[in-house]
Amino acid sequence: MEFFIQQLVAGLTSGAIYACVALGLVMIFVSTDHINFAQGEMAMFATYLAWAMIDAGVPFWLAFILTIVIAFAGGLFIQRVILKPLEAAPVLSLVVCFIALLSFFNALAGMIWSFTIKQFPSPFPPRDVFGNGLVSIQQIGVVAVTLIMLGILTVFFRYTTLGLAMRAAAQNPASARLMGVRVSWMLALGWGLAAAIGAVAGMLVAPIVFLDPNMMTGILVYGFASALVGGIGNPMGAVAGGFIVGVLENLVGSYVIGNELKLTFALAVVVGVLLLKPAGIFGRVIVRRV
Amino acid sequence: MAAILDVKGLSAWYGQIRALYEVDLSIEQGGVTALLGANGAGKTTTLRAICNVVRRSGATFFDGKDIARLATEDIVRLGIGQVPEGRGTFTGLTVEENLRLAFHTRKDRAAAYRDMDLVFELFPRLKERVRQQAGTLSGGEQQMLAIGRALMLAPRLMLLDEPSFGLAPLVVQEIFRILRRINEEGKVSMLIVEQNAAMALELADHVYLLETGRVVTSGPSEIVRNDETLRRAYLGY
Repeated sequence: MEFFIQQLVAGLTSGAIYACVALGLVMIFVSTDHINFAQGEMAMFATYLAWAMIDAGVPFWLAFILTIVIAFAGGLFIQRVILKPLEAAPVLSLVVCFIALLSFFNALAGMIWSFTIKQFPSPFPPRDVFGNGLVSIQQIGVVAVTLIMLGILTVFFRYTTLGLAMRAAAQNPASARLMGVRVSWMLALGWGLAAAIGAVAGMLVAPIVFLDPNMMTGILVYGFASALVGGIGNPMGAVAGGFIVGVLENLVGSYVIGNELKLTFALAVVVGVLLLKPAGIFGRVIVRRV
Repeated sequence: MAAILDVKGLSAWYGQIRALYEVDLSIEQGGVTALLGANGAGKTTTLRAICNVVRRSGATFFDGKDIARLATEDIVRLGIGQVPEGRGTFTGLTVEENLRLAFHTRKDRAAAYRDMDLVFELFPRLKERVRQQAGTLSGGEQQMLAIGRALMLAPRLMLLDEPSFGLAPLVVQEIFRILRRINEEGKVSMLIVEQNAAMALELADHVYLLETGRVVTSGPSEIVRNDETLRRAYLGY
């Protein structure tokens, strides 16, 4: 029983991180219908920035916030400079562009900071909460940061006019323009937010898996699985999907298939969802009249 | 009276296909102008071209200001509210959110809230459904919402694309009654595209008749209303 609870908590912790990655994917998907394959590498690069700041003596939480701001600006910049000229390009060109971004950030991080792994400090002490080895402060911290971020995003999208304009632009760009919404800038904001969310995910996961340029590769697969499970167009679903995949992955890994096959499990989830329920658990099937 | 909208030599294209040929239009301040014609005559395209939604050429002046090269968003922000073909409902947003979207572009919050009250006064049915997803509204209600959304921009000119489309006759009458109120009490000029020519002729003071992308005749609406040959040939009644 104790082992089960440990695995459950560990699953929720990694689930929180998957949820962040999935949320970043969904953020771009709902507004542009694209899957940003570079989401993970952008997050990794932002995490290196945080590491460099902390290494230079900046306090953790200050570096955390600065990194989020820089990542946001970076995401905005990428959309404005690289993707906006490709607005009318076919999907395949975009996919190539995303893959290029992926290898670019991977190589750039390796070039600047080398490919050797680095220890990333955790702001949360690894101490037990109850003193029985079940739940650590680190784990609670990761889940709490994710939930706080989700709360902020919910408030932003539901209660601010800018958030409303972003939702409107994603749903019906033509009509949004007729309401005076600068749709193209809303897409850029979406990219900025996705990059910022990704940065949070990177900084949460780095203390657990260590920092290296390939840190996010596997996590992106989990994030993708989470987004699919929750329904790729649904932010709340993405978060729920993150926790579901995190917990399942840990339980299946420790009781059924062993830890080595965990990533395979994530891929099986991707294929399974796409085969059986492409809209995801919380997704809506969109019927289009043709 | 001065013209609020002046269009000179407006042409428009969909890809390689030309849809408008050098259309000239002038809409009087405070007036209602109807744009009539058969299917495919270029009525919707004219509205789209004014707001720069399609590829177009020619001059457009709004209140004396050259708007030919502005982006759609900026034209709208100057005070041209368009009620688009198909109503442009944000189906996943609530009725209130559909209206509140205008707050994004408006600096005068207090006036925007007053306009929202006005929309609810004009369309009490929208008020009953404020929290409802707009996609679940009936066709008539969605049309009301589209007009309400345009009103939220505090427009001086409204471009309406077939407000009667697919609606029951009673609902059409209600909507036209409200449009008249908006025009008379709110001093909003209108350019209205209609298939329902009889209804539009009643509301409008000026008429333009389009055929295959060209203006074939124009003038005060009485002239068209009283000219049987014109009516038979272009309006089918």
